This record gives sequence, structure tokens and C-alpha cells, in this order.
Amino acid sequence: MDRTQNNYAWLFVLPVLVLVAFSAIIPLMTVVNYSVQDVLDANTRFFVGDEWYREILRDPQLHAALGRQLVFSFSVLAVQIPLGIAIALCMPTRGIWVAVTLVLVALPLLVPWNVVGTIWQLFARSDIGLLGVTLNGLGIEYNYTRGRWAAWLTVLAMDVWHWTSLVVLLCYSGLRAIPDAYYQAARIDGASRWAVFRHVQLPRLTGVLTIAVLLRFMDSFMIYAEPFVLTGGGPGSTTTFLSQFLTTMAVAQFDIGRAAAFSLIYFLIILAISWVFYTVITRSTKI
Amino acid sequence: MQKTKTTVMIVYILFLMIPIYWLINMSLQPNRDIIGSFTLYPQNLTFDNYRRIFTESGWAAGYLNSLTYVTMNTVISILAALPAAYAFSRYRFIGDKHLFFWLLTNRMAPPAVFLLPFFNLYQSVGLFDTHIAVALAHCLFSIPLAVWILEGFMSGVPKEIDETAYADGYSFPRFFIFIFIPLIRSGIGVAVFFCFMFSWVELLLARTLTSVDARPISVVMTRSISATGVDWGMLAAAGVLTLIPGALVIYFVRNHLARGFALGRV
Repeated sequence: MDRTQNNYAWLFVLPVLVLVAFSAIIPLMTVVNYSVQDVLDANTRFFVGDEWYREILRDPQLHAALGRQLVFSFSVLAVQIPLGIAIALCMPTRGIWVAVTLVLVALPLLVPWNVVGTIWQLFARSDIGLLGVTLNGLGIEYNYTRGRWAAWLTVLAMDVWHWTSLVVLLCYSGLRAIPDAYYQAARIDGASRWAVFRHVQLPRLTGVLTIAVLLRFMDSFMIYAEPFVLTGGGPGSTTTFLSQFLTTMAVAQFDIGRAAAFSLIYFLIILAISWVFYTVITRSTKI
Repeated sequence: MQKTKTTVMIVYILFLMIPIYWLINMSLQPNRDIIGSFTLYPQNLTFDNYRRIFTESGWAAGYLNSLTYVTMNTVISILAALPAAYAFSRYRFIGDKHLFFWLLTNRMAPPAVFLLPFFNLYQSVGLFDTHIAVALAHCLFSIPLAVWILEGFMSGVPKEIDETAYADGYSFPRFFIFIFIPLIRSGIGVAVFFCFMFSWVELLLARTLTSVDARPISVVMTRSISATGVDWGMLAAAGVLTLIPGALVIYFVRNHLARGFALGRV
């Protein structure tokens, strides 16, 4: 749609700007402030310049956590985006089943995040959980508190359980918005199912997929409560992702300056990757 | 073809429901059965876990607190996002693209370290441990999302409708409230769903900004668990109770959700 130039439109945006800026800018500046100081207690602090930044960028533990985080986030995207599209294609399109399936599919999204961890803890424990007992009964050795792979895969399965529905709902809405005429045209051309998907459905999904990829990337990159409840980051540090690493630094070790510098770097990483996704996907639609 | 689709749907829904079934199953068993024997359904059906939760103090208040700040957050977000989304969908103005992306970046701030500044900020303005503090803090991620969703729906409404309304002598507020909002009703339904959802499930900010008066349900839950050690039955029952408001919200917006998703190009 062609939009008219009108700078008074800022007035419409003003309430949003004020509300978001209140909670965004002041805390951000506080974090910047912390990140250049060594905070010993509420009244004793020293200016240390970029020391924290240099120290953090060299920290091998941090590199390991970042690596784990990247692998995890990209695995999440690699599983959830195709699966979400596939499920959305299978959703019923009319009749009473639409409402029923929507309600059931949306349910995991409305579970508080620490409860998600609790649900999977109860479900996957090898002594009392249905999944754990079944797998062990089948002769597969499974104990997510001990096995590294078991722990990692359980966290991934939990995230798939929790969030695939978001991709499904977004893609479903995108698919429903495609006019029938497109399908009729494809049918006249004798297009195969794959061709319909590739040339009719997928291009019209780019908008919602942008949202889905970005949301899933950001949230999985900041995942905290679920693995914290389920595995506590273990065994070893297999499921200690960046957020938890950061929280340990800030809360347990009370290393505010270092943690602040770290969270700014963390923020910039998310910002950079999201920006790349954003431009790549939006550019590919405007050929 | 249809058969494969139905099978896929059934498998997926089973995958979603089985862990929830297991949670309900455990919440209805006494603790010695949970640890002692492995059963697919409760053999000694008991509502004891629930009774204990409801007789202990703090639970009902926790529920009410959560619902209060979630509702406040949803109302504030939608009211602020409506005009903003209209501006983004209808006008070009200086810095619009940057502003839009900046709004989205607010979802990207890792909460862990921003907790302390948040705490300081809300304490210094005297809002600590109030519902509105949590509601405002949650606006940080619910408003950008609401703007994003509503903008999509609004762009789907042809601009000719605006122009016709003005030609018929409607003022902007009258046009917006009586013509435009009804047109994007379903979009508002979808936005409400997402605002409610992200505010209801968030734990870290809600926990940091409250202590007693506005303590949310998920915090009440973690505290009473740690006080009694690992009490599986009660943990499961508490988990089930946190599912109910979410389920109710989906039930109430289900038609909007179905229609909204059918109309929108989010």
C-alpha cells in the first residue's frame, strides 16, 4: 500500500514511545553505567573503563557458552520452522474442528515458563516420568540428569513442545490469507503439490515467517527458566546457555560490572543476528 | 491426502497433550504412589494436593495478582498500540523504519542483568511491588508485538475506506472508533491473545518487581515448593492450576482467533 508522507503521524506513535522508552532506555543506561565500573557495594565503586569488556571477550567459558547457545538456537529454528509450516498445512480449514484444534495447539504457549520445566521434569524423569520409564523400558538408556545427549535432547524436545505452536499459528494465519484465485490459477497450470507449495504458498508466507523466525530466535537465545528448572544447566555444563551463565555471574557471584558488560555484548549479538535475519528475509520478498 | 493431514494433526496434538496428561495424572495421586509405583492413571484418586494448596495462604491472592497485572498490561498495550499501528500502516514519516526496528529490539534485551536496573528504577519512582509496575515492565515486549500484529491487520484494510469516511464528514476519532476498530476486531482479538500470553508466562521480571502485595502465582508456587522440599504431587497440582487461566483465555478468544487468523496477513 502506498503511504502518504505525514510527520504528524509521530503524535500517534508518541504513547508507545513514552511507555517503551520508560522501561527501555533508563535501565539500559544503568547497565552501560555499571559495565564501566567495578561495583563493590552500594557506595564503593571504581571506574574501570573497558576492562570488563576486554576480560569477557577473552573468557573461554563464555566462548563455550556462546557456542552452545548458537548450536541450540539454530537447532531450534531448524526443527521448529519446517515442522511448524508442515503442521500449519495440515490444520483443518473449516468446520468445528478449526476452533478445537486451535485451542489445543495454543495450549502449551500459555503455560508459565517455569511450569514448562516442571511438566517436563515430571514427564521425563527416568524413575517416575512416562517418557523416561518408557524409553528405559524399550532398552534405551535414558537419564537426563546424567547423560549429556539425553539432557540436551530433552531440552530441545521441551522447546519444540513449548514453541512449535507459535510457528503453527503464525503460518496458519498466513495460509488462510491466500486468496482462492491463486490456487485456481495453479490448478489450471497443472501445478504439482510441491509446485503449489513452493511458488504459491511459501512466497505468501514470508511475512509471517519473518516474525516466526525472529521471535523464535530471540526467545531461544534468551532461554532461561525452562532449562533452569529441568536440568539446572547440567550435567556438567551441557545445557548451561548464555542466560544462565549470565545470571550466575550477576546473582551468585555478584559480579555486577562484568555481568553488565556481558549483557551488553549479549544484546549486541542478538541485535546483529536479528538484523541480518530481518534484512535478508524482507529483501528476498521485494525482488 | 486428507487422511495423512488428519494423522499428522492427531500425532502432533498427542505430542502436546501427553506431558500435560502426565502432570494432571500426578496431581491426583498421593506422594507415596508417585514415588512408589508407576501407573498410567491414578489408582488412589485424591484431591488432597489441591486441597492443601487452597488451604495455604497466598495462593488465591497470587492468582488475583497475576490476573490483575496481566489484564492491565493487555489494556495498556492495546490502547497504546492502536494509534501507533495506524500510523505505521498509513503514513510515512521521518524515522519510521528505524523506530519500528527499535521497538522490536526491546524484545531482545536479555532479562537477567536488566533485572537490577529495573528494580532500582521502579523503586525510585515508588512503584515497587505494585501491579502497575509489572504491567508497565511487561509493556516492553507486549507493545512492540501488539504494534506489529495490528499493523498487519490494518494494512489489510483498503485505504479507500478511510477516504470515503472522511468524504462523508466523519471526524478522525469518530471514524477510528466506530468504523475502523470494528473492521479489525479480529486482529485486536489476536493481539490480545499474544499480549496476555507473554505477560502471563513471564516470570523473571514479575518476580523481581514484586515482594508481597503483588506477588504473582508462579512465584507463590516456586516458594511453597522450596519450603517443603520436592513435593511432586503438590508441584504437579500447582502446575495444573497455572494452566487454567490460559485455557480459559484461549476458550474465550477461540472464535476471534480462528476468524482473525483467517482474515489477517499478520
